Amino acid sequence: MPPRYTPAAVGLHWLIALLIAGGFGLGWYMTELPLSPAKLKYYAWHKWIGVSVFLLAVLRVGWRLAHPPPPLPAGMPYWQLRASAWSHALLYLMIFLLPLSGWLYSSASGYPVVYLGVLRLPDLVGKNKELAGLLHELHELLGWLLLGLLALHIAAALKHHFLDRDGLMGRMWFGR
Amino acid sequence: MKSPIRSLATLALLIFTAAVPAALAIDAAKSTVTATFRQMNVPVDGEFTKLAGSISFDPAHPEAASARIEIETAGFDLGMDDYNAEVRKPEWFDSARHPKASFVSSGFKALGADRYLASGKLSIKGKTIAISLPVTVRREAAVTVFEGSLPVSREAFGIGDPGWNEVLDDSVSLRFHLVQPR
Repeated sequence: MPPRYTPAAVGLHWLIALLIAGGFGLGWYMTELPLSPAKLKYYAWHKWIGVSVFLLAVLRVGWRLAHPPPPLPAGMPYWQLRASAWSHALLYLMIFLLPLSGWLYSSASGYPVVYLGVLRLPDLVGKNKELAGLLHELHELLGWLLLGLLALHIAAALKHHFLDRDGLMGRMWFGR
Repeated sequence: MKSPIRSLATLALLIFTAAVPAALAIDAAKSTVTATFRQMNVPVDGEFTKLAGSISFDPAHPEAASARIEIETAGFDLGMDDYNAEVRKPEWFDSARHPKASFVSSGFKALGADRYLASGKLSIKGKTIAISLPVTVRREAAVTVFEGSLPVSREAFGIGDPGWNEVLDDSVSLRFHLVQPR
């Protein structure tokens, strides 16, 4: 059996993956909708998902610092090691930046984020229409960037699993 | 040539203006009327950008004070174009048929210090409801500032599509900050 991530790290990985998929799908769908009570609800849920991802990301980085990841399969070429290190660093960065840019965008639009409809987060910036427009574009841009990184991440994982057959994907699943 | 009727009228006007404090217009550019509503517990501010009005207020005779404030509902700005278009629709403000909302005072009572109780009629979307609200009056160097807030029920004035009630509170907090040059 190859070495694995700890169960907590695996759990956090898949939980965040699930939330990102949901948040992305919802974000894509809701922006196209005409104004309606349902649209408002989807926006609220989208924001709650974002705050959850942010909180889990903090937890995950903390956990990783205390629990170093298992070694990569031996014999991986140097460029792959570098590409892996960089793409993972960027993925970690994105799970912070995407929620943060959404939070900033929400604040600048004059719509505070109330997590789960209960906990009001502080406004990061004051209401400002022009800034809100810029932050909207930034939020979208970061979304596309994350999508590209995820495509790369998934393609690389599948390559290791089906072409290299080095058991790398097993590191991110539960087991002994 | 002066006609006696004109002289009498002038005299009557002079007496009238001496007895009743002159109503001075508010400075619309410095005054704000803001509505805060809650959608899924998220407080959102919208500003009424088009307002006008006049207030007569003499601190020595607060009971003689009077106010008349008019707001154009089409000037309500929520910061987003689609929201702004929505609230002008017939289900909400119906700005095409009811362009103006107003408050006309009928009484003013001193509550001590700088606090007063204004009573009067609030008219929105063709419905008029008698209300009373606390007002704070502050005299600054060159202006008098009237401030206060009051909860307004959307339902009472027939504002809103019932389909929205699931995500939107009935009670809206109306906050005013009226600046009157002296």
